[in-house]
Amino acid sequence: MSQLGLFFALLGAALSALLAGAGSAVGVGRAGQAAAGVVTDDPSQFSKVLLLQLLPGTQGIYGLLIAFITMTQIGIMGGDSNISLAKGLLYLAACLPMAIVGYISACYQSQASVAAIGLVAKRPDQFGKAMIFPAMVETYAILALLVSILAIFGIANVNI
Amino acid sequence: MPEQYLYAVARIRCKELTLLGSSVMDALLSTDNYNECLRVLSDHGWNGDGSTSPESLLSSERDKTWEFIGELVKDMSVFDVFLYANDYHNLKAAIKEVCTGTEHAGIYIDKSQCTIDPELIRKAIRDHDYQALPEHMQEVARQATETLLHTGDGQLCDILIDRAALITIYESGKKSGNEILALYGELTVASADIKTAIRACKTGKDLQFLNRALAPCDSLDLKQLAAAAADSPEAIYTYLDRTAYADAIPEIKKSPSAFERWCDNRIIRSIRPQIHNPSSIGPLAAYILARENEIKSVRIILSGKLNHLPDDSVRERVREMYV
Repeated sequence: MSQLGLFFALLGAALSALLAGAGSAVGVGRAGQAAAGVVTDDPSQFSKVLLLQLLPGTQGIYGLLIAFITMTQIGIMGGDSNISLAKGLLYLAACLPMAIVGYISACYQSQASVAAIGLVAKRPDQFGKAMIFPAMVETYAILALLVSILAIFGIANVNI
Repeated sequence: MPEQYLYAVARIRCKELTLLGSSVMDALLSTDNYNECLRVLSDHGWNGDGSTSPESLLSSERDKTWEFIGELVKDMSVFDVFLYANDYHNLKAAIKEVCTGTEHAGIYIDKSQCTIDPELIRKAIRDHDYQALPEHMQEVARQATETLLHTGDGQLCDILIDRAALITIYESGKKSGNEILALYGELTVASADIKTAIRACKTGKDLQFLNRALAPCDSLDLKQLAAAAADSPEAIYTYLDRTAYADAIPEIKKSPSAFERWCDNRIIRSIRPQIHNPSSIGPLAAYILARENEIKSVRIILSGKLNHLPDDSVRERVREMYV
């Protein structure tokens, strides 16, 4: 049973890195296509569109962070890896907000980024405002990150 | 999100900055003469191939548009809807050339602006090898050639070809599955039908002629339009008042060119939301239409300047701009 606990906890860590990372890859790829389009005709916009392209990439980093913390907590990175099934399931549940919200927010943030890149192409002076639109989507990825972090650290103090 | 157009739409966004706006049109109108007009155009990147003739300048701008679109889209057949009119123009020219046994330079539209090589059309008509033509053109090519050979009626030949062109444009727009291309097909056919109905009414054509000339579309009931055209201009206005083209009635009453301007402006207004569309083929189609509209307006201004027409009469013909 203790092995199953470890399995579920690791599954949570893997899902967090996998889904959030996949969402970021899709998002950065989409925004990259639009960014390349702008730079083809106006290379001076490179730094601006690069920032907009990178915005959907943060979810992948958050997912990695959650996976790393989880693996540290369950002893995969060293220490005692003997955890109960209930605790393993709790770790899985704790990782899910970052995994699911990470994937969805990265995909939708890329749409906002593509639109913002179009805005920068037409009005380079409005870069500040263009950044805000995709950045708003980031809020929900950060909220999910917070919930996952608080839950993972909270589980360590639960005796089950 | 249709991923294959993200790069293309971003490039279109940059190119939209170079489109001529209404302020540039005003600047062109306020120039004193043709050469000054060319200078203003040159300042906006309209340099042509060094020639000062309006046709070569406009043709070079059209080539630039298609070259640019060619860089963005691998399969250009999606834009065939914009080129079918040129193909059918070439078909008309080939049939008339072959049937009259004469040859005229410059009557064909260049193959860069067509879906079929004009030489292929010419050869197919000359050899009566209609199978060499695309499927949508085979039957009408045969019919129009035989009609002209047997009756010598050039107008009937034109009607057959024009109707086939409109049906092809309409069907191609619908088949594309894209809202903008479908709308273009619909508006092109509807405006051509209204123009035909008005002209037929004024020249006293009968119902049989109208049924042969009008092409089907969703926004017009051809039976009602043909019956109204066979009756009187007032009957046409009464019918149009019940359709989506009620706004066009004052323009139709004014003049054919005012109605043409209304049609072009309507297309431009319909495609304008594409300025805010970050993906899909819509912004590309809208850019092509915007460029065509721009070229049409510049042609009107240039010919006005060349022929020393009053500014006001040129101004009322200039189209609304996309940007």
